[in-house]
Amino acid sequence: MQKELITHPPLADAGSIRAIHLKKKPRLGEMFIQGFLFFCGAVSILTTLGIIYELGKESLLFFQMPGVTLIEFFTRTEWQPTIGKFGVLPLVTATLMTTFFAMLVALPLGLSAAIYLSEYASPRARSILKPILEILAGVPTVVYGYFALTTMTPFLRLLFGDQVQVYNTLSAGLVMGIMILPLVCSMSEDALSAVPQSLREAAYGLGGTRLETALQVVVPAALSGIIAAFILAISRAIGETMIVALAAGAGPNFTFNPFLSAETLTGYIARISGGDVAYDTPDYNSIFAIGLLLFGATLLLNILSRRLVARFREVYE
Amino acid sequence: MNNIFTSPRSILAARHARGKFWRGVFFSSTLIGLIALAALILTILNRAAGLVVITDAVDRNSLAGRPLTELTRPELVTILQDHLTRTRLRTLERNNGPLDSLDEETLINLVMEQVVKPTIRKSYTLAETLFQRAAIEQEIAAMRAETPNLQVEFRSWLNPGFLTRSMSATPELAGVRTAVLGSLWIIAITILVAFPIGVGAAIYLEEYASENRVNRIIQTNIDNLAGVPSIVYGILGLAIFVRTLSHLTSGAVFGIQGSNGRTILSAGLTMALLILPILIINAQEAIRAVPASLRQASYGLGATRWQTIWHHVLPNALPGILTGTILAISRALGETAPLILVGASSLINKDPTGVFSFFTALPIQIYNWTARPQPEFRNIAAAAILVLLVVLLSLNSVAIVLRNRLSKRGT
Repeated sequence: MQKELITHPPLADAGSIRAIHLKKKPRLGEMFIQGFLFFCGAVSILTTLGIIYELGKESLLFFQMPGVTLIEFFTRTEWQPTIGKFGVLPLVTATLMTTFFAMLVALPLGLSAAIYLSEYASPRARSILKPILEILAGVPTVVYGYFALTTMTPFLRLLFGDQVQVYNTLSAGLVMGIMILPLVCSMSEDALSAVPQSLREAAYGLGGTRLETALQVVVPAALSGIIAAFILAISRAIGETMIVALAAGAGPNFTFNPFLSAETLTGYIARISGGDVAYDTPDYNSIFAIGLLLFGATLLLNILSRRLVARFREVYE
Repeated sequence: MNNIFTSPRSILAARHARGKFWRGVFFSSTLIGLIALAALILTILNRAAGLVVITDAVDRNSLAGRPLTELTRPELVTILQDHLTRTRLRTLERNNGPLDSLDEETLINLVMEQVVKPTIRKSYTLAETLFQRAAIEQEIAAMRAETPNLQVEFRSWLNPGFLTRSMSATPELAGVRTAVLGSLWIIAITILVAFPIGVGAAIYLEEYASENRVNRIIQTNIDNLAGVPSIVYGILGLAIFVRTLSHLTSGAVFGIQGSNGRTILSAGLTMALLILPILIINAQEAIRAVPASLRQASYGLGATRWQTIWHHVLPNALPGILTGTILAISRALGETAPLILVGASSLINKDPTGVFSFFTALPIQIYNWTARPQPEFRNIAAAAILVLLVVLLSLNSVAIVLRNRLSKRGT
């Protein structure tokens, strides 16, 4: 390039402006760096492809095993892969039960706390309360499992007597609710705070009380954000492992009694893979089939939740 | 519910009452969160210390007539020689070196482990110790009637010995050294892999990526990966790092024998994939917060894109990036489920020697100890939780300090 400039025929008029190359010069170093950075971004795509490929491949092997059919998988109520019983329902019902109890705690309490923090609390109170709730979100889940087993379960046994088994879905679900509460609270609070002040002022101007403004104006205005928080909370509860592995019980059990032990999808994966699980056995392959189920369910919920968040952002930003 | 715009004035008082009531409800919901946190912490503290009743296989005070700590080294060696068989002594010397060369602390530990063999008959929680002293003393008196050489002592399960001892099948002799070292090794690999890739991806998405299909897919994909349950990453790690790449992760490529893919390297790589989306999202936010005027000034002076990023954008975004990284790391430190999948084993009592070692980690120890029925294991699980929480809390305080410094500079 440089050479080209110099060998240019000299311009007739020495006083005129020298020719400038406005074309971008290729810089090898810069291109290399950009290539590397793109690779970094692409690692996430590779991760997703890896998840889908591995889960899909091993699940296919699982469904090719003699005696496993999709229909049986989703309708039979016994799950013992080693002896040829492949009905995933008991694990699914246990997951739904723990999720249900978790939501029973997390959704109402999380939303109420969010309303309090966003609509009632003074800035000072908020600056103290919020970080404390955030600590709850930072506690590792295995610690919640410990809490469920050593405090919540004895407490439930005190309340309901010996019909409560040492491992039960109620205890795991309630503690999971406490774990998810901060998530619901902070996401809902974000949604509530994003509602323009003018809406509140208009409601006050019409004579609404603070409660009426909050419940009939602010909450409906932030509804898509709040529902997004709820959906994300459900997804979190379905994928949670350590609390249920410690407190919900080991061993599939097709029951709707919250006082009995029952193994969830994630609990099953954790138990089976706890030892040295041999490759290409029904146990090993079943981990992937169940993993695929979990991945699919949580992914759907997450996408739904993000769509809703995007919608309320569009409205107010 | 009455619509506010049609309510007659006469029910104003009722409306205010309702407002007050619900305000109470909202406030108590917030309070319940705080109470739950308090209950969580109290549960752990309650189990982490308390009275214990110990019986010795050989009464420790009868060994030399004086407390063990007052004995000299030769005396301790004599005790060991008197009480142990020759084969046992040989095994000990093979593991620890000649007895005469050991320091006093090791000798005392050996005497306790091999000769005194204390077993915990009963342990009490801190609450019981503090508030039910009379009942406990009665119980102990009853026990004394049966076995005379009972030791009763107040024991904090979290003690220096707990931090420095390795795993053991007896709870009173178990420690977390192996687990802490395992966690540190894993985290080191996680940081080495995830930090450059994560920051690189964030730079690409914020500074280079144009609005096109590929880049939109990358961004959406990262957001979705952040919500994938951690156990699914564990399954991925098991399939890819432990099984498919076992030649690499077991060290067989580098001539290391006798290992399989269930190593620290596999765990670290799995954790790196797990925290990558979080790290990228946090780093993106930090980079986005750097004012555009800085970039424009740099371009205006003729800097190239990478020069602008390296000399101006990154230094300004660094505190934010570090804060995000620390938060991602503290997430990785507490994660348990993926480690179970990639083959952490709680029975390991040898310190990890490198990335191809088998491993255990702090959360794995907590999980295993909690899962055992004996109350003493719950005690050491509580102590291990305290260790983990203290580490996480200090990491988070560093993050908060960094964040505050950042926001001060920004204004």
